[in-house]
Amino acid sequence: MYQLKAVDKKFPGVHALKAVDFQIKRGEIVGLVGENGAGKSTLMKVIYGAYQPDGGTVTIDGKAVRFQNPRQAMEKGIGMVFQEQSLIPNLTVMENIFLGYERQFVRLGVINWKAMSEAAKKQLAKVKLDIDPATVTSALSFAQRQLVELAKVLTLEERVDGDLVILLDEPTSVLAEDEVKMLFTIVRDLTKRASFIFVSHRMDEVMELSDRIYVMKDGAVVDVVARGAATAEQIQQKMVGRSVDQEYYREQRQKPYDAAKVLLEMDSVSLPGRIKDISLKLHAGEVLCLVGTEGAGREAILRTTYGMRTPVSGKLKIKGNAVSGFNPQAAVAAGVGYVPRERKIEGIVAGMNVYENMTLSQMGRYSRAGVLNVAAEKALARDWIGKLSIKAHSEYADCGNLSGGNQQKVVLSKWRSGGSDIMLLDHPTRGLDIGAKEDVYEMIRDMSDDGVGVILVADTLEEAIGLSHTIIVLKDGAIQQRFECRPGAKPTLYDLLHYMI
Amino acid sequence: MATPFLPLIQGGAPLREDRVRQLMTRENAIRWAPLLVLIGLIILFTAINPAFLSQRNFARIAIAASPALMVAIGVTFIIVMGSIDLSMEGTVGLTAVLFCFVFLATGGTLAAGAWVAIPVILLVGALIGLVNGLVHVKLRIPSFMASLAIGFVGTGAAVLITGGDIVKIDDDTFRALLTWRIAGFPLMVYVVAAMTVLAWFIQSHTTLGRNFYAVGGGEELAHASGLNVRRVRIMGFVLAGVFYAVAGILQVAKLGQAESVSGANFMFISITSVVVGGVALWGGIGGIWNTVVGVLIVNVINNGMVVIGLPNYLQDGMLGLLVIVAVVLSTDRRSISFVK
Repeated sequence: MYQLKAVDKKFPGVHALKAVDFQIKRGEIVGLVGENGAGKSTLMKVIYGAYQPDGGTVTIDGKAVRFQNPRQAMEKGIGMVFQEQSLIPNLTVMENIFLGYERQFVRLGVINWKAMSEAAKKQLAKVKLDIDPATVTSALSFAQRQLVELAKVLTLEERVDGDLVILLDEPTSVLAEDEVKMLFTIVRDLTKRASFIFVSHRMDEVMELSDRIYVMKDGAVVDVVARGAATAEQIQQKMVGRSVDQEYYREQRQKPYDAAKVLLEMDSVSLPGRIKDISLKLHAGEVLCLVGTEGAGREAILRTTYGMRTPVSGKLKIKGNAVSGFNPQAAVAAGVGYVPRERKIEGIVAGMNVYENMTLSQMGRYSRAGVLNVAAEKALARDWIGKLSIKAHSEYADCGNLSGGNQQKVVLSKWRSGGSDIMLLDHPTRGLDIGAKEDVYEMIRDMSDDGVGVILVADTLEEAIGLSHTIIVLKDGAIQQRFECRPGAKPTLYDLLHYMI
Repeated sequence: MATPFLPLIQGGAPLREDRVRQLMTRENAIRWAPLLVLIGLIILFTAINPAFLSQRNFARIAIAASPALMVAIGVTFIIVMGSIDLSMEGTVGLTAVLFCFVFLATGGTLAAGAWVAIPVILLVGALIGLVNGLVHVKLRIPSFMASLAIGFVGTGAAVLITGGDIVKIDDDTFRALLTWRIAGFPLMVYVVAAMTVLAWFIQSHTTLGRNFYAVGGGEELAHASGLNVRRVRIMGFVLAGVFYAVAGILQVAKLGQAESVSGANFMFISITSVVVGGVALWGGIGGIWNTVVGVLIVNVINNGMVVIGLPNYLQDGMLGLLVIVAVVLSTDRRSISFVK
């Protein structure tokens, strides 16, 4: 039905797509996987009309088409559900659904809200979302917004004659497990109405949902795998061109932690509505993993430790000293480092260079009477660029231009160089490709060897199990269960899930 | 007729092309655009009237630009933080008036101890900035509103103190800032140059300067890195207040008198200069040198219109139009899809 033949796309210095063949049949769900930079997003953009291919042909039902912009693609039935949610938060659900297509409800310049509301209800029913179309979008949960977004794209059904192709770009990245399940059920159900192209970093999800999987590497499709024809490991191997074995999480480097040295102790800490009665201990050299669904209290524990939230009751001791004033300055001074989930917002300052970012949390050590010792800062940055093999042309490189993995290395070296020995890592590998993930795992093991205590919120359960000495499972803000994770005697996914839901 | 050159170009091509490409990157183009606009303007005005390109005229531009540059540098620190300060007119007016009063009260001449007025007024400037910062940070009022209000309070205070009168200073030693010339430029130009270097030093060699960029580039992140963001903001306003006070003093030196409206017009000139120079209003990008070039662009336009003999009644309108052209040419607007 929809087909790309030998499509090529070049950017200055990059051959982004190399003779890509791609096709999708009516009612099919096609997965698209590849490392960051493999060309997935370029391919998506060609499909939904944001980029024009330099070579090759695009055909729909055998007829050649060429889209100048996404709107033209939409008129041919190709819709995109964006990863960065594209709904305008201060508008209502129905206004978002019909944004740019209000004309059908306008009489003499006045919008017939009732008609729009009726029409919006019909769209929302397609995705089984039972909400008032007049709800302001910002009041919805992420999962609901994702469905509204899908409903918005599905309005194409009424506007377009032919078949629909809908692209889903990382639709699950902000969803909890049960929400993902729900989304998948809906998507499967919608195959009556449309074909789907599904892009995700999560291999298990792609394998679960897709009829066929296109594997991309270096701008080319290296393989097309039918459902059940390959294991996750085999596909991953195709993506990276090497095997991802048991050593992925560096389990052989996991050594027992120093049980005599307690770095951090929480004693029945509570924060109403977020966490209740949390008691835990973090030891030198330990990787303590917090596991739970979104909103189970993982982030609240990290933020309390870092002084960004003040608990209502309970005690927090850092290295034996009770914390009284909760603020980040005091936490940093006590040796706590925080690598937040939103790297772009709270991790690095884009526009500042490598050495400026590295010393941001420790400028006092690189200045006298407020005057900076820039030479020492640069030496520090050069040292860590070498140590962690950060790919930056020099210490002057703008951190905003580095890749995600290298940004993460800068963030980690910012804290490590400042001597932080309690590290709070919130999804440190989110959005990184496999090679960069392995670098991060390696660094976590290095930190353990240096006697650093790590509290980790992992991106996947496998990651949590693979990396940690101890796992604490949280549900609704309370600790459900604690697991020891000695290499060779690690809990299984099922063990954890049992306590999570 | 170009053929003779071909072998030469081809021979040197690989190396030279690389060099050219290195120099012609987008970042470089953006960085140097304001300076190119300034040079372009100078060439334009000189072409229309060669008298523009004279040392006497440049001295005139420098004198006109001096107080404005101090104000613009002050507000640059704030804009780099991603905030805005609109208190400059009130602060300059009040510090100028107070300066005259203190100056006259302490002897009326620099030689007789009236020099005390200078540190006192710098302190007053810092205090006004402190109030500004505290209102903004502690009461959580947007900097735009807080500083605008404080500016009006400043102007009002100046009216109250002077009763609407003009205060004059005729101390020859103090007026030497304007009258004593070295290499054709009056002393105040050198004072401003020194203050500019000081501002550059603060910007690029102190923790405070670095913190301005951190707050402007990512406030959440600065907070999450353990920076005391509120303190940085207040310090920014204090620093800006000091620079406004310097402008107030220079304004008195330039005119020999002060009144409640001594600070008039500084808001437009300073903010325009900062933007024309390429400092981003959303923070984190640009700095002192952008502001210096921006102030020169605005003052060259102002002066050039007089030199080429544009009628008085057209000058304000022309200034507005040329400023828009300068902003179009000298700022990077490609990355912004919507402008609010």
